[in-house]
Order: sequence, then structure tokens, then C-alpha cells
Amino acid sequence: MSDRSERYEVLLSGSGGQGIILAGVIVAEAGIAHDLKVVQTASYGPESRGGASHSEVILSGTDIDYPAVTKPDFVIALTQEAADKFAHLARPRGNVLLDTTWVEKLPQNIQANMASFPLTEEASNRFGKPLVANIIALGYFAEHNPLLGADELLQAIIRRVPSHYRELNEHAFAYGRELADQA
Amino acid sequence: MSGTKGRTLLLQGNEACAMGAIYAGCRFFGGYPITPSTEIAEHFARKLPTVGGVFIQMEDEIASISSIIGSSLAGVKAMTATSGPGFSLMQENLGLATVLETPIVIVNIMRSGASTGHPTGTGQGDLMQSRWGTHSDHPVVALAPATAQEMFDLTVKAFNIAEKLRVPVILLPEAVVGHIREAVYIPAEGEMEVIDRERPGSYENFLFFKRDTNGVAHPPDLGAGFRPHYTGLTHDESGFFTAVPDRVNAFTVGLNSKMELHREYLTDYCEETVEDADVLLISFGVTARACAHVTRDLRKRGVKAGCFRPRIVWPFPEERLNRIAQHAHTFIVPELNLGQMRLVVQRVVGPEKRVVGINRVDGAMLTLERMQKEVEEVLA
Repeated sequence: MSDRSERYEVLLSGSGGQGIILAGVIVAEAGIAHDLKVVQTASYGPESRGGASHSEVILSGTDIDYPAVTKPDFVIALTQEAADKFAHLARPRGNVLLDTTWVEKLPQNIQANMASFPLTEEASNRFGKPLVANIIALGYFAEHNPLLGADELLQAIIRRVPSHYRELNEHAFAYGRELADQA
Repeated sequence: MSGTKGRTLLLQGNEACAMGAIYAGCRFFGGYPITPSTEIAEHFARKLPTVGGVFIQMEDEIASISSIIGSSLAGVKAMTATSGPGFSLMQENLGLATVLETPIVIVNIMRSGASTGHPTGTGQGDLMQSRWGTHSDHPVVALAPATAQEMFDLTVKAFNIAEKLRVPVILLPEAVVGHIREAVYIPAEGEMEVIDRERPGSYENFLFFKRDTNGVAHPPDLGAGFRPHYTGLTHDESGFFTAVPDRVNAFTVGLNSKMELHREYLTDYCEETVEDADVLLISFGVTARACAHVTRDLRKRGVKAGCFRPRIVWPFPEERLNRIAQHAHTFIVPELNLGQMRLVVQRVVGPEKRVVGINRVDGAMLTLERMQKEVEEVLA
């Protein structure tokens, strides 16, 4: 999608504590840095710690009226529940990224381009921090979305993560981009 | 704020609201945390001490509104934030603020359902309460932001209206607007108008509550050297109780006159393709953003549709809607309640016009899909 006037919708989903909301905020801030209009919303409720969590980001070159995702261009799902609930919503030519550490049963009949990696496991093995699975996912996202470049996303990540974790996140992000090349 | 240019930040609506208040000069916040408004209190708790202000977490919402009335009486701009259950508790003292001519701003981030309701659900069920929640005829202004930017801008505006008219002003966003994150432009100091209440240097014959030609009385700040008497009882221009019928009458009529005398100042709406519209979608807040989307879809298909969104919902922009009703014949009013604004629209456009509601009260937003479907049914 190169037409900036169209909406580009991202749906990030998983469970509370996986950094789903943070990842959404990072995408939104990268969008602002790229002079795009952005809307970011998140699931909100008592379930937000440990329970299902999702975050929506809409990017557009023009004003965004309706502020909820209608037909996501990019779905990231870090748990089985999230995969079951959201993967099939993706647009036919969109993308779905799954974390097979938690998604054991891959969703069937997905028309979007589906990719799956053991993101949390890799985060744990390579970086000693399962928490950076979200940043690996953003590295993958950087290579597969038409609007935001890797530099913009990386800058947004650096602005949002604690400075002593900067290097760790940079590596996780770079690894996510490598995964995209493999796919 | 540094330099002369503002800055653009990704902000949650509630953060933008608190930043707007501080920009407008608010230096006191008294509140009691409640979902979905709590981020406003959190922001104030962090920021007010750094700008010479005071944050107090009060014991409940009755104390919260009392504290901000006290602050404002002493001359310090003040705000509280709550949701429906807390707003209900504030109604008595909201009335007190109106008769004391005390500027205050109350933010009611609307959740869903009556009583304790659905704390994390979104809703628009407090539209009528914001106008008529406290007893008897009283002036009140309510604004309904639809974006994070408007959470900043309309909070500044709320303070300006409160200070200029000396009325309580209510900001009435749905939970979704409180929690949405969008780019918000924070203007530099001086870039956006900030109004401070008029402070007369003297009062003829100690008539502290005498109205000016705009219907506004300007009683002095407590502690400013005058010795005003403040009461919630009917009072005359001296500020003391009166039961003399003519003066009681002047009390109520005068108090309410400031709304009428500022009608133009209190008219604020957005509209799109209304000039030749046959069909008008009317709503407020985020629900109205969906209306704009549906309207553009209808236009693409050749339907003469328009949309209309009051940013100040009370007083309702009756004059403008009336003009549109001279050519529009169908009015569709989507709301997250069972038809509170629909009643107002029907009254304004008259009984011969077709006014249809689209209503949702399960704690979620109206989806585009559902709105499109129901609009089709109305137009079929």
C-alpha cells in the first residue's frame, strides 16, 4: 500500500505483560515522526495484566475519522488465543506474524501472508529476555509494512525503552529484520 | 514549554486533558480516582507540584467538587475529573458553584450504564445529566471532545468559558476519547488564548453580585480584601439571602440570562457537506467520527448526506440545526445511549421531520458496519 491517503491498520495482540501496548505506542510514534496521522487504542479492563491484551494502530496520510481497526493490514499475535481471535481478520493481501512459542495450532484458511517464528523462545535464547519478543516482531514488521522504515521504528523504540536496555532492544530489532529476510 | 513554537506528542486523551488544564492556568486539582478518568489525576499528581500547583486526592467526589469550588473562590483555577458515579455525587455542589458564580471545570469521562455500571465500557449516557443533573434552572456549559487534540483544546476552552461566564463547565468525553492516543499539538505559551476572570477593583455599595450588561456577576476572590458573603440560598446583589419575590425572581432569571446573552460565544460545532443535505447524521464525541466516515461513503454513492457534530453540546446549537432542517428531511442520531440527543434533535427540527436513532449500550463503540447497515435501513 503506497497510497498514503488510505488507512493502514495494525493489530497487535497477545497477553498482558508481553509489551503489546508498548509496541503499539512505538508504531504510532514512528508514524508521527513520518508525518502520518495516527490513532492508537488498546484493550482496556481488569484483564489487562495476564489476560488477553490487544493494541490497535491506524496510520494514514489524511485525518483518521473512525478510530478503530476495521480490516487490519498487519496482525501480530503472540498467543494462541490472540491467533485464534485475530489472524483471520487480516486483509487477504496483508500480513500475519505469529509467535510459535505460544501458538501451537496455526490458524487455517488465512488469506493473508502468514509467517511464524518462535519469537519468545528466540528472545530468551539469544538475548536472555523473553520480553523483547515484541521488539523482534517490530523488526519483522519494519521489513513488511509499506509506510514505516526500519530507522523510524528503531528511533521510536530507542525513545521509549529505558536507556540501559537500548542495546538489547537494538539487537532484538535487528534480529527481527533478519527473520524477515529468511521468510 | 520552551521557545515560541509548540510541540507535537503522542498523547492519551486523558493526558492531553490534564496538559490543557495546566496550559489554561489550572493550579489546583481535587479528585477521587475512578475508571476511566484516573490518568487525569495521575498526570496532575506528577505535574502540578512542578508548576506551583496543588494536587489533593480527596476522600470522595463530594469532597472533590467542594475542594475545587473552594480553590476557585480563593482565585485559583481548579478542576476535578470523574466518571458517572462520581459525577452523580457532585450534582448538589455543582448547583452551588452556579449560584456562587464560581468558575470550575468538571471532567466526566463517560463509562457505560447506570449506577456503578460497566467501569471499563464506553458510553454517552450522561448527556442529559450534564445539563439537568442538579436541581432547578441553572446555567451550565458542556463540551464533547472527539479527539485527543480536542481533549487539550476543549479543556482550555472549558476554562476560558468558566472564567468569562463564571459558570461550571463540564467536559464530557466517552471513555474511548479519554484513552485514545493520537498526535497532539501542544501550543507554546501565549499561542492559544487563555482568559482570566475579571477582577473589579471596587464595588459600588458592596454589591458583589451585581450583574454586568452581559449577565455576569464578578464577586471578589476570597482573601482579596473585600468581605463578600457567599450563600447557596437565593440572594440579591449584596450576596445576602432574600425571600422578596422580585429579588428571588431576579436571582433565577439573572443567573440563567448569561447563557442567552452569550449564545453566539457558546455555539461551537463541526459540520461536513450540510449545505444541500437531505439526510443529516448528528452525534457527538467519537461516535460522530464514525458519522463523518459514513457520510463520505454515502456522498460517494450520490446520497445527499451531511454530518453535524456539536463540540459544545450544552447549550445545544439549535439555530444552526434549525437552518439545516429547512432542507434536510431525515435526521439520524447515533449515540451510545438510548436516544438522549435524538430527543433534543426532534424538538429542534420539529415533529414533522423524520428523526431516527442508532443506539448501542453494551459498552462498545458503534462499529462502521453496524452504522452503515442501520443507515441503509433508514434510507431504504
